[in-house]
Amino acid sequence: MKRLRSKINGMRRSPRALGIVMFAGLLVVGTGYTAVSASVSPNREVVRTQEQIDLGKKIFLANCASCHGKNAEGSVNAPSLIGVGEASVDFQVSTGRMPGAASGPQLEVKPVQFTLEETAAMAAYIGSLADGPSIPDAAYLQANGNASSGGELFRINCAMCHNAAGAGGALTQGKYAPQLMGSSAKTIYEAMITGPQNMPVFNDANITPEQKNDIITYLTYLQNNSSVGGEELGSLGPVSEGLMAWLGLLGLLVIIAVWLAAKSN
Amino acid sequence: MSIVKEAPKKNGFLAGTANYVDERVGAAGILKEFGRKIFPDHWSFMLGEVAMYSFFVLLLSGTFLTFFYDPSMAMVRYDGVYAPLKDSLMSKAYETSLNITFEVRGGLLMRQVHHWSALLFVAAAGLHMLRVFFTGAFRKPRELNWVVGFVLFILSMAAGFTGYSLPDDLLSGNGLRIIDGMIKGVPFIGTNISSLLFGGEFPGHVVIGRLYALHIMLIPALILVFLAVHLFMLIIHKHTHYSGPGKSDTNIVGYPLMPVYVAKAGGFFFIVFGVIMVISTFFTINPIWNYGGYDPSPVSAGTQPDWYIGWLDGALRLAPTGLEFMIGDYTVSMNILLPLVISLVFLGLVAIYPFIENWVTGDKREHHALDRPRNAPTRTAIGATGVTFYAVLWAGASTDLIATHFKMNLNQVLLAMQISLILLPIAAFYITKRVCLALQRKDKEIAIHGRESGRIVRLPHGEYIEVHEPLDPYDLYKLVDYKDYKPTLARPNAQGKITVGARVRASLSKFYFQDRITPATQAEIAEATHHNAELEAQVQKAIESGK
Repeated sequence: MKRLRSKINGMRRSPRALGIVMFAGLLVVGTGYTAVSASVSPNREVVRTQEQIDLGKKIFLANCASCHGKNAEGSVNAPSLIGVGEASVDFQVSTGRMPGAASGPQLEVKPVQFTLEETAAMAAYIGSLADGPSIPDAAYLQANGNASSGGELFRINCAMCHNAAGAGGALTQGKYAPQLMGSSAKTIYEAMITGPQNMPVFNDANITPEQKNDIITYLTYLQNNSSVGGEELGSLGPVSEGLMAWLGLLGLLVIIAVWLAAKSN
Repeated sequence: MSIVKEAPKKNGFLAGTANYVDERVGAAGILKEFGRKIFPDHWSFMLGEVAMYSFFVLLLSGTFLTFFYDPSMAMVRYDGVYAPLKDSLMSKAYETSLNITFEVRGGLLMRQVHHWSALLFVAAAGLHMLRVFFTGAFRKPRELNWVVGFVLFILSMAAGFTGYSLPDDLLSGNGLRIIDGMIKGVPFIGTNISSLLFGGEFPGHVVIGRLYALHIMLIPALILVFLAVHLFMLIIHKHTHYSGPGKSDTNIVGYPLMPVYVAKAGGFFFIVFGVIMVISTFFTINPIWNYGGYDPSPVSAGTQPDWYIGWLDGALRLAPTGLEFMIGDYTVSMNILLPLVISLVFLGLVAIYPFIENWVTGDKREHHALDRPRNAPTRTAIGATGVTFYAVLWAGASTDLIATHFKMNLNQVLLAMQISLILLPIAAFYITKRVCLALQRKDKEIAIHGRESGRIVRLPHGEYIEVHEPLDPYDLYKLVDYKDYKPTLARPNAQGKITVGARVRASLSKFYFQDRITPATQAEIAEATHHNAELEAQVQKAIESGK
C-alpha cells in the first residue's frame, strides 16, 4: 500500500504528468461541452412560409437596409443580422427599439412601428438567412414555474444590472439596464436568449428554459403584486426613501412647527 | 357634632397626592425650578424636539420588533407566506424579519414606523445642528453642548447603520460588505480588525448578533445618556433667543415650561408620532422581501445605504482610481483611505468649529441672543461650504440613479461630481459671503435712511426726491443689534516674540472680519433722521405755499 502510494507520488512528480493531466482535462471538458451544447439547442420545427419571407424581405429593404445592408450583411452603422435569429428581430421590433431613431449609447423603447404580421414577416426573413435563436415556445411563457427559484436566479444573474426589484440600473457611458416592470414574458425570454445591446446572452446551457420560465414567473409576480407596505416610491431603495424622509416627513413637520410657533393675530 | 362640621376641609385627591410626593421627593422645588424655565417661541427651536420625539418613537417601535426578531445567522428554509421566497435558504434573522413583515399582526407597520422614524431622527438632528450652527447658538457658554450634540449625531448614524444591517437581506448585506471593504482597506491592521468583527472571513456567523447587541443595548443607552446631558446643559445654559427689542445676551424672553410649553411640547410629540404613523401606513420603506436573503455572490444594481450614510458612500464612489501603491507586501488602497481620511477630517472640523471661532474672535462673553446668519457672513459662508461639500458627496451616492433618471452618462455624472466636490464648495463660500454682505448693506441703508415710501415729491427748485419713512424702533432694533468684530493683529507675547499661533490667529481673524459691515451707529441714524425731518419740512412748506 505504502509502496503504491509512493509510486503514485513518483508518477505525479514526473514532468510528463502535467501534460497528461492537462490533456485528459481538456478532453473531458471539450467533449462534455460539445455534448451539452448540442443537447440544449433543440432544432424546433420552425414554420415560416415563403410568402412571409418575401414580405419580410420587402419590409426589410424599405425600412432596415439603409443601415443593416441590402442582404442584412451589416455596415459601419449597424451590425450584420445574419444569424441573429427570429427572437432578436421580434424583441427589437416589438418593443419599438427598432427601427432606431438616432444613434446613441443605447436604443430606446419607442412606440411600435410595425404590425404583428409585419414583425413576424421580418423575423421570418432574418430567420431564413441563417439559424439563430427562434421565437420562444409558448410553454415557457406561462409564468407557471417556481417563483422562489426564479427569484434566486434573478438575484444571481440579473439583479446586478436590473436591480433586485427589477427597477433597472445604470451602465457605463450612458448605457443602462431598463426596468422590467412593464416587460412581457416573451420580451424577457427573448432578451435572455438574444442578449440585446449590452445584455449578455443567457443560453439554454446557462439557464435552462424551465429556469427561464421560473425567472419570468418571479418577475410576473412582482409585476402583478404591488408592495404590501404601501406606495413603492419607484422601488429605488434608500435614495427615494431618503428624499421622502427629508421632504415628506421632515418637511411636513417643519411646516407644522412653523404653524405651532406662529404668533396668533 | 359641631366639631365634625368645623374640621378642616379635606383637600382633593390631586392636592393630597401632590403633597405626598412633595414631602418625599421635594417635587415642589423641582417643579418650581423646571416649571419656570423659559422657552422662547420659534419654529426653528422645535427641530431638536422633532429629533427627540422620533427617538422616543424608535424606542417604542423597536421594543415591539425585539419581541419577534431573532438575530441568528443559522440557515433555515423559509416556510412562511411570501410565495416568491418559499423554500429559499436564508438566515434566521432574515426569516424572522419576513415573519414580522407578513405574519405578525401590525408587524409591517411597526417595521415601517421604526425605519421611517430612524430616517427622520437623523434628518431632524441634522437640521437642528444646522440651525444651531447658522445662528451661532454654539458660542460660549454652549460649546460643550455642541460637542455633545455632535456625539449624538454620530451615535444616531451608528444606531441607524447597525439597524440597517439586521434584516440580513441582500441590500443590507451589500452595505455591510462595503464596510468590510473599508475596514480591510486600513493598512496593516484592517484585515485583523475585519476578522475580529466578523469572527473570521466575511460574512461569518456572528456579525448580526453583535450588531444587534450594539443596536438595542449599547448605542441606545449611549444616546439616552448623551441626550440627558444635552438637555441638562440646555437647562443650565437656558435656551437662546433671537435678538429683538428687549431681548439680549443678559435675559431670556419666552413662555414658562409650565404650563404653556409642556402642553405645546406634549402636543407636538403626538403630532410627530402621528405624522410618522401616517407616512408609515402609506409608504413602503425597505421592502426586504424584494431583496432576498443575504448571499455574498449577488450584488444588486442601485444598492445604496440609508440617506445618512450616503455621503460616505458618495465619498467612496467619487474617489479617483489608480492611486494605490505598495509598501513592501501591503497594498495601500488610497481609493478607500482617501475618502476615509477626508470624511474624518470633515467630521473633526464640525466637532471643533465652536472652539476655532472662539479662538479667532477671542470673545469671552456669554451669548444668549442668536445671530442672524447674515450678520456673521464668514461663519455663514463656512457653513454653506460645509453643506455644499456634504451635499455633493451625498449626491455622489446616487450617481447611477441620476444617470438613469436624467438620461445622462454615468461616467460623465461621476466626473462632474468629482469636479463639483472641489469647485462648488468654493463657489458656495464666495456667493454666500457676498450675499450676506449685500444683505447687511441693505439693512444698514434701511436702518439709516428708513424705508422707501414710494412717495415722489418735486421740490420748488425742481428736484425730485423720494420720501423715506423712518423705521419704528422695534424694526430698527433687529437691523442694528449685532456684534462688530474687528480683525485682530498678531501681538508679541511676554517674551516679546510673535508666535506662529498668534500669526495664524491674526490671519484667520483677517479672513473672518476684514470686509465686515459695521452696524449703523446711533450718530448715523440721528443724522439721517435729522436730514429726513428737514426734507419733510421743506416738502410741507412747499405744499402750504400752494405750489
